[in-house]
Amino acid sequence: MYLQVNGANTYCYTGGKAFDAAKPTVVFIHGVVNDHSVWILQSRYLAHHGWNVLAVDLPGHCKSAGDAPSSVEEAAAFVGALLDAAGVQKAALVGHSWGSLIALEAAARLQDRVSHLVLVGTAYPMKVSPALIEASLNAPEQALKMVNVFSRSTLAAPPSALGPGTWVYGASLALGRRVLRSNTAVNVFHRGFVACDRYAGGEAAIGKITAPVLFVLGAQDQMTQAKAAQGLIQTAQAAGKSVQIATLPVGHHQMTEAPEATLFAIRDFLAR
Amino acid sequence: MPGYSDPGFDTLALHAGAAPDPSTGARAVPIHLSTSFVFESSDHAAALFNLERAGHVYSRISNPTNAVLEQRVSALEGGIGAITTASGQAALHLAVATLMGAGSHIVASTALYGGSQNLLHYTMRRFGIETTFVKPGDIDGWRAAVRPNTKLFFGETVGNPGLDVLDIPTVSQIAHEAGAPLLVDSTLTTPYLVKPFELGADIVYHSATKFLSGHGTVIGGVVVDAGSFDWEKSGKFPELTEAYEGFHNMVFSEESTVGAFLLRARREGLRDFGACMSPHSAWLILQGIETLSLRMDRHMANTERVVQFLASHPLVSRVGHPLLESHPSHALAEKLLRFGARGAGSVFSFDIQGSRAQGKAFIEALKIFSHLANVGDCRSLVIHPASTTHFRMTDEALAAGGIGPGTIRLSIGLEDADDLIDDLKRALKAAEKAGA
Repeated sequence: MYLQVNGANTYCYTGGKAFDAAKPTVVFIHGVVNDHSVWILQSRYLAHHGWNVLAVDLPGHCKSAGDAPSSVEEAAAFVGALLDAAGVQKAALVGHSWGSLIALEAAARLQDRVSHLVLVGTAYPMKVSPALIEASLNAPEQALKMVNVFSRSTLAAPPSALGPGTWVYGASLALGRRVLRSNTAVNVFHRGFVACDRYAGGEAAIGKITAPVLFVLGAQDQMTQAKAAQGLIQTAQAAGKSVQIATLPVGHHQMTEAPEATLFAIRDFLAR
Repeated sequence: MPGYSDPGFDTLALHAGAAPDPSTGARAVPIHLSTSFVFESSDHAAALFNLERAGHVYSRISNPTNAVLEQRVSALEGGIGAITTASGQAALHLAVATLMGAGSHIVASTALYGGSQNLLHYTMRRFGIETTFVKPGDIDGWRAAVRPNTKLFFGETVGNPGLDVLDIPTVSQIAHEAGAPLLVDSTLTTPYLVKPFELGADIVYHSATKFLSGHGTVIGGVVVDAGSFDWEKSGKFPELTEAYEGFHNMVFSEESTVGAFLLRARREGLRDFGACMSPHSAWLILQGIETLSLRMDRHMANTERVVQFLASHPLVSRVGHPLLESHPSHALAEKLLRFGARGAGSVFSFDIQGSRAQGKAFIEALKIFSHLANVGDCRSLVIHPASTTHFRMTDEALAAGGIGPGTIRLSIGLEDADDLIDDLKRALKAAEKAGA
């Protein structure tokens, strides 16, 4: 469905069920050069198991209009505006990679309006190598391939978002190309990477959150290595937050390399 | 597992889609000869049917062995996924039936396999889908054939059997300007010789019966999606961009930004038409693909020798392979194919000077070449298209496809090239005597 958020037409996949404000809501936030479709299995399942789902295309990405966020803070403000536009008082936030930083910052700002926080494939700081940032701007096809290689841990992923027979390597590349093409005004690849690289509010944000937090990490993740999330985890634990950790034997695309384990981790956490 | 760069062709040909079986440790891909797969619970069953969870339900829709083949061919083509089918013709039908219905229009190359020509010209027309045929090199013709209801462009990478090379970059551009995808039959080239997606094609299919399996033992097809075509932007495909009552009111282009075609093809096409591949066939094709590059290199080397021999033989009036500079597609082959004109494949035709009786004498004198209706076998094959594969076509249609009454089609196998040349030499001598 489409919502008007900050004056821009914003697409949210609702998991094949009509939006129902009476149900608890979960918002899925994608990463750099991705869109809502990376969450299809997890979001569709939850939509048919009691949840209201808003799997959003961030502004300037694929079906959503508006200016692509240039910072994590700007994107977090958008998430608050999205909840307002949907008439949702309280929601769980689930973010992947860049989306995990957006979810974290939004949870810190929205406080009790966030019921659960799930950070998938996260790291803080989320530094991106200068070579990759430069390639995302000047050689995006090459950068997409680099990201794909670093994101994947297997040549034999289980049945995933398109069902059996999906070649997730190719699917990620095709999606990245499509997202890039969807915005002719801005290189959302470069803008997203710069936003990840510059975000400096992670430790402060994790200290402010009121919601319980789940970390879903990939043991073979070369993009956001599991060890790079330990600082956030320790800060959260030291601050007395409710912290859960699920480490899966996969790379950075937990949703397609381990769709079932990722779903179950999220589902069980949201059931708390 | 991958290191710091994309896996290469041969690595993918051996490993894409397959890992040692976690339950048995089997290194080779197991053949899952099971019609159906047990649900963990009622909720699991419902979630699988509703595409909330991914997995196998019934082997007409998907199967673990077939899924390995689908991933592998996708990986080699550079696609997002694939669907295996009962035959190459089933793959073509699945693509057409997924994208269009009565009132739709296709622009297709004249240089097609006879079965494909039949499907489009006769059978699909009966279901209200019309096709305009255009010579593959007639670029203005492709553009002029477009109608408001044109929803698909279609051609073969190298046309059967004249080896007219399809100018994929140009034809795909015309197709995209018309809001239509380009579907390409890449059977004769395989992803080893050309990757149509890199040139602009949107959907590729193979008769896996041919070079992919490579041993003349199995019938099968596979259709691969590049995930590149924007169905929503085109506006011509409500089949993919509007709610489908026949499957949970799903809007396929919302479910998957890049995979709407494959979603509908599997969930409707395989479900309803049912032209699925046997897991045993999938396994045989996987075995073939593991040695694809080795075999294609030998096919090319042998073909080069045979073409040189025929081109210098006095009884041969024409050799239709782009290796020869006189071939109309020589320059295009050099430009578009991975190995240049050598990569135009090992299935080609030539004309014997003389009568039909001499042509018949030639075929019947061959000892190593087998006279049969197939190509892409490891064994060398021969056929007379005008009386077999293309026999339903009129003389005009045959001529448009570059086929004459005396045309002989060869599929060069993996035997010793010297023996193949001796066989052809002996048969040409017999043809010469038959004309005396």
